[in-house]
Amino acid sequence: MSLWKKTALELSNLIKSKEIKPSEVVQSFIERKRQVEPKIQAYVTDLEEFAIQMAKKLDEEITKLEKIPDLFGIPIAIKDNISTKGIRTTCSSKMLENFVPIYDATVIERLKEQGYVITGKTNLDEFAMGSSTENSAFFTTKNPWDLERVPGGSSGGSAAIVAAAAVPLSLGSDTGGSIRQPAAFCGIVGLKPTYGRVSRYGLVAFASSLDQIGPFSRTVEDAALIMNVIAGKDNRDSTSKDVPVPNYLEEIKKDVKGLKIGLPKEFFTDDLDPQIKDTVLNAVKQLEKEGMSVEEISLPHAKYAIETYYIIAPAEASSNLARFDGVRYGYRTKDYSDLEEMYSKTRNEGFGSEVKRRIMIGTYVLSSGYYDAYYLKAQKVRTLIYQDYVKAFEKVDVIISPTTPDVAFKIGEKSSDPIQMYLSDIFTVSANIATVPAISIPCGFKDNLPVGMQITGKPFDEATILRVAYRYQNIYRFYEKIPME
Amino acid sequence: MESMVMLEKEFDVVIGLETHVQMNTNTKMFCGCKVEFGAPPNTNVCPVCLAHPGTLPVINKKAVEYAVKAALALNCKIHNLSIMARKNYFYPDLPKGYQISQYDKPLATDGYVEIKVGDSFKKIRIHRLHIEEDAGKTIHEGSYSYVDLNRAGTPLMEIVTEPDISSPEEARKYLEKLRNIMRYIGVSEADMEKGQLRCDVNISLKPKGSDKLGTKVELKNINSFRFIVKAIEYEIERQSKLLKKGEKIIQETRLFDPESGKTYTMRTKEEAHDYRYFPDPDLLPIVLKDQDIENIKKSLPELPDQKYHRYVETLNLPPYDAEVLTSDKNLAIYFEQVISIFPQNPKIVSNWILNELLGKLNDKGIDIENSPITPQSFAELISLIVDGTISGKIAKEVFDIAFETGKSPKQIVEEKGLKQISNEDEIRNIVKSVLEKHPAEVEKYKSGNEKILGFLVGQVMKETKGKANPQLVNKILREELA
Repeated sequence: MSLWKKTALELSNLIKSKEIKPSEVVQSFIERKRQVEPKIQAYVTDLEEFAIQMAKKLDEEITKLEKIPDLFGIPIAIKDNISTKGIRTTCSSKMLENFVPIYDATVIERLKEQGYVITGKTNLDEFAMGSSTENSAFFTTKNPWDLERVPGGSSGGSAAIVAAAAVPLSLGSDTGGSIRQPAAFCGIVGLKPTYGRVSRYGLVAFASSLDQIGPFSRTVEDAALIMNVIAGKDNRDSTSKDVPVPNYLEEIKKDVKGLKIGLPKEFFTDDLDPQIKDTVLNAVKQLEKEGMSVEEISLPHAKYAIETYYIIAPAEASSNLARFDGVRYGYRTKDYSDLEEMYSKTRNEGFGSEVKRRIMIGTYVLSSGYYDAYYLKAQKVRTLIYQDYVKAFEKVDVIISPTTPDVAFKIGEKSSDPIQMYLSDIFTVSANIATVPAISIPCGFKDNLPVGMQITGKPFDEATILRVAYRYQNIYRFYEKIPME
Repeated sequence: MESMVMLEKEFDVVIGLETHVQMNTNTKMFCGCKVEFGAPPNTNVCPVCLAHPGTLPVINKKAVEYAVKAALALNCKIHNLSIMARKNYFYPDLPKGYQISQYDKPLATDGYVEIKVGDSFKKIRIHRLHIEEDAGKTIHEGSYSYVDLNRAGTPLMEIVTEPDISSPEEARKYLEKLRNIMRYIGVSEADMEKGQLRCDVNISLKPKGSDKLGTKVELKNINSFRFIVKAIEYEIERQSKLLKKGEKIIQETRLFDPESGKTYTMRTKEEAHDYRYFPDPDLLPIVLKDQDIENIKKSLPELPDQKYHRYVETLNLPPYDAEVLTSDKNLAIYFEQVISIFPQNPKIVSNWILNELLGKLNDKGIDIENSPITPQSFAELISLIVDGTISGKIAKEVFDIAFETGKSPKQIVEEKGLKQISNEDEIRNIVKSVLEKHPAEVEKYKSGNEKILGFLVGQVMKETKGKANPQLVNKILREELA
């Protein structure tokens, strides 16, 4: 069996027992990548040569190591909004097309300590604003299951490259569904940890109070494997929390018997696509057979999540993106006669239309005279949504819903209608608003396209949602089917 | 300023001050970069204060502690919960495109400072004190502009008064007091020339006695105590002239130009920024428990006002002496070191510091902490005077020598043989010989001209090169002339 078909955990064990060398692993994935990448275009920066050199170094290093870390020699792709020292980090924006960071994100430092192999920087919607990668300033990534369809977004590149098995693991970021929605569209596992679980230091900020880094993988155990490394308090991120990190690989093996599943009635309405509904509910039935109980719950304010999100996120973005002013780094317009013109031309030429739209919305809702009506009100609704989850979790252990209202859409299908695009986040944004962890795992197909099931958990209880997901994976071995084989 | 006095009779002047005080923490507000004045441009910078994509601020706990100290020293109410907020605007020396500051939930509010106006004290209320970060510096040279971000992220306190100040003089006194307090508690050097203390002035006029406030004008860019007074004086004159002509004051921000001593329009209200403040999502609220505040309160040193009252009430110093001695932390330290060695007579110590030492230091441009006469030597000098070893006159000579050479007063007296003559017989002999030499003056004295005694004392002092004990000389002269 080709190495590239193996999971990160399998590869890790083979490397640890010295049955295979990091360079063999990397070589196998590079060959697979060469097959699929020209078709899916997941990478903004393909680091093939760098990865080969890195792997060679690791081959030597391993002979000197007493204890081999879990991710030693494991190829991992990184979303191109995570800062990598010495490696171009573009955010798929013209603004940062040639920007090379001088420091590593905390997650990158932690992966480096493990001896991971970076394979490339993956495509995204510009500054993570979008649900399809169509907002990338460079190109649109394709869905490996159907090259005419989007991989989802914003972490579309990271999702597509894992789905195509050109790398076993990747990192993405999730502000309103940017990990879970592409995971659902590409038929893989995508986890958005609790806000504060993984350091944001080095993640180029979109909406600071919602952003969270998380992994993509083909199996649940691989998500657990990398979470063991990236989760935990970081002194450079004041919003990261000092909550003990369990060993997720151990946690997922625990029994699910007696756990309670909540199905929010607001998410299973008559408007929901019947095939999506049936697929998810069928998966829930399978879990019931494993000894879990099911009950209906209510998240009464979840219906305001999209509106709340589209006030808070742009507000924060409008401020976060102010630093891209052409003064210190990044794109600067060629011709200008004064400071004002330098600013406006730089930002007009450097940002794409979706980014500008959100900066304008954000600027508007923070303006004096509108602040109370929009931003402050949205914060109040945010509290209500959070309280909905708190109440729900008094009754149940996890909440299950579809990840998305439908399967991957066609390239160009929604790009002219921002509202339609925004609505594809309808089931995912609530978790960001409420800061709770949520995972998307495949639970079936509709028209030969993957359907995702979202399992949401209590704050800092990634262990339980991973455990339920792992149990389901043992019933429906979704990772066995690989597209473009 | 004749016109000034006249104009002030017709109008009440209403002034509020917004002061920025740079805290002297080792590192910046949100990163580990050094806070340093005068370093080569862009050397004290890192990804965080350069606002590189993805970086996050981490609050400097020392800066919070310093701000709490300052707020307590300004008699403020410290809030258990305060929030850092983003103030959004574009400027090349503002790397993030926003300044992290505080807005509707500041660290502290409702304080006051007392200043001395005439013989009484006046309370200047503090509206609020909040924490924020400094911007960098933009330097314009020819057609180029350069940005230096060394200062970007330096911890600042913004201290805002209520409009309780009613003259340029009061404004100056308030600022001096503020600077003094900051130095006493050690949170800032508060040196205006180094930009460690910067002040914006809000000023309006209203007809004398009216309770309706006039339109206010903000004055910016004033970087010395002298210019504060000048800028306010100019603005009072400008506004009152307009008002007398029946014209309206425009609400605006004006810049003070030190060259011309005038103020100029910088921007009007219509052009004012909308800063779009909102809580910074990268930072948690600052939570201070009562116990934390109490602990910081306990660590505060004696403040200038407390010292002042102690000097007046316990040391029995005149109010003027107490005011001068406490107006500079290092001067008060010097004074207290001297009286800790020589506690018998604080008043004479104060006299000598105020009358001799300060003048001399001032002439030479030396700070008190670098005084060539150490507090030990100073105490020694005073004790030599008090125990009669040297006369006051000789003491001045000793003082001068000690100031020049740094030698101890005892050593100087020893070396130069300046010890006071207090032997009655010895003095009597000299007195007798003086009286013999000046029979005419003796006659005049005896015929009732007592003023001539001074001349005779002078002659005795001259004979003894000033070393004779003046009291004894007086006594013996009278005895011999009787």
